[in-house]
Amino acid sequence: MSDVKVFKPRFNPAKPAFGLLVFLLYLFLLAPLLIVFVVSFASNQYLSFPPEGLTLKWYEMLPQESTFMEGMKVSLIVAVIVTLIVLALGVPAALALDRFDFKAKAAVQSFFLSPLLIPSIVLALGMVLLFGPLELNNTYAGIIIGHVAITIPFVIRTTLMSLATTDTSCEAAARILGAGSWTVFRRVTLPIIQPGVIAGGVIAFIVSFDEAVISLFVAESGLPTLPVQVLRYVENSADAAVAALSVILILISLAVVVVVERVMGLRKALR
Amino acid sequence: MTLLQTPVAPEKRSQARDEGKLEKATARRNRRTYLALLLPGLLGLLVSFVFPLAYMVRMSFNQGSPDGVIVETFTLDTYIQPLTDPYYWRVTLDTFQMGVTVGILCVLVSYPVALFLARSTSKWRGLLIAIAIAPLLTSAVVRTYGWMVILGTNGLINSSLDGLGLIDTPLKLTNNMTGVAIGLVEIFMPYAILAMISGFGRLSPQLEEAAGSLGASKFKVFTRVTLPLCLPGLLTAFLLVFVLSISTFITPRLLGGGSVQVLATEIYDQTTGLLNWPFAAALSVILLVLFGLIIAVYQRLTKKIGG
Repeated sequence: MSDVKVFKPRFNPAKPAFGLLVFLLYLFLLAPLLIVFVVSFASNQYLSFPPEGLTLKWYEMLPQESTFMEGMKVSLIVAVIVTLIVLALGVPAALALDRFDFKAKAAVQSFFLSPLLIPSIVLALGMVLLFGPLELNNTYAGIIIGHVAITIPFVIRTTLMSLATTDTSCEAAARILGAGSWTVFRRVTLPIIQPGVIAGGVIAFIVSFDEAVISLFVAESGLPTLPVQVLRYVENSADAAVAALSVILILISLAVVVVVERVMGLRKALR
Repeated sequence: MTLLQTPVAPEKRSQARDEGKLEKATARRNRRTYLALLLPGLLGLLVSFVFPLAYMVRMSFNQGSPDGVIVETFTLDTYIQPLTDPYYWRVTLDTFQMGVTVGILCVLVSYPVALFLARSTSKWRGLLIAIAIAPLLTSAVVRTYGWMVILGTNGLINSSLDGLGLIDTPLKLTNNMTGVAIGLVEIFMPYAILAMISGFGRLSPQLEEAAGSLGASKFKVFTRVTLPLCLPGLLTAFLLVFVLSISTFITPRLLGGGSVQVLATEIYDQTTGLLNWPFAAALSVILLVLFGLIIAVYQRLTKKIGG
């Protein structure tokens, strides 16, 4: 095709107009994230426009904001433990769903993906009700159990995606050569499905880290996570102090986006 | 697990019988293996998903009281109350209206982007798709805060318009439904774009070219060829955004500033403010039923489109 002369159409004014429209819509889509960057570097004492000057004071203030640092600690602990748990639960389940045949397979798979179909406010209410008599409200265990339901579908989905694209012949070869089931899994299957596991893991991490509704219901008073702290702060004042923190949260999300895009493609992983 | 089924040697019948036994044995072992693999995940979902929902449904038939004490009983009062009180009809209707408005606006603003991405042959296409859906993985609280900065009384829009001398009093863009709708449209755009790109499978430039070379005008090509082919994708995107909107909490809470009442904020107020747990549970069941009905329609549609 490269040596075929490309027919150049006449200038069509609809094309740049459409391009401009798409550009403006992208701007709209990214507006709240971009504005947070601008505000976080603006020296205005109170939230206003235009920015009067550049400053790093909001970032310097962050370590002294004990509520934010406490929230950050809680959120990190929760997100790390949730990620480890859902990988331990999700990867074997995905393996069973892909590599074995059984009657209720389709139903089991839908069941694993179904928490995404339930509004999180409804789940959150169910959890706070159930955790009351079990004394799990305002505990790490409570928040973590709450987050397992909403993160497991991502791990199952990305791992299944990786499993579906691999053929089983390598595993068969390893077995013929005398490897046991565990060895086959650790040395053959796991390296093959690694992209799906990594993508699922980092998505689970960020979903748990950014989750606000379940954390709000289950642990608002006793063990507020970072999103809950931000929510409370923003409810009372929309000043610039929280902008610097938001930028850091956006950067963490961005890191996750880059990892997922590199290992398996964001579109595939989130579909 | 094809390997585990050792091929049957046809010439020896007795061996074949042994093979049959072997197959049964491996089938049993397979069963043990997949059950062992599934069990942890199933138990995890049971504890963190099924039990809370079941407990909540049971709770919705209890009797609440103003001091937060729950009377164990079996009553339908918690359902009769919201279904007979005009206030809750208002809230449900507002929730629905918000869902429809946000759904339509979101489809309108997402469509050009999705169309652009579906058609693009640029080497940047992958990156542009990633940028369009990446906001999905950013915190809803942060994005809503961003909108408060843009729409607030001293926000970007009001300051700019004031600076240009176009307005004397700031426009009221937050603490009302307008602000909530603007925020939600943006927040759900990535979902809509994702649903549309997947739903535009049958869209092909050849068809549009064919229509064009047969004499159809640009406008006609769009309304008669492009748009009908996009319709399934647009519909699924609308339904998806609709169900996400009617159940969302953070944005109505923050951008609504207490003056926008939808089912989700009402559930929260009933719990933390009024401690009426059974009533909140009943509202949740109502939301869940609404949600389930629409999801069922949605899944049927996607199946039709996929098949």
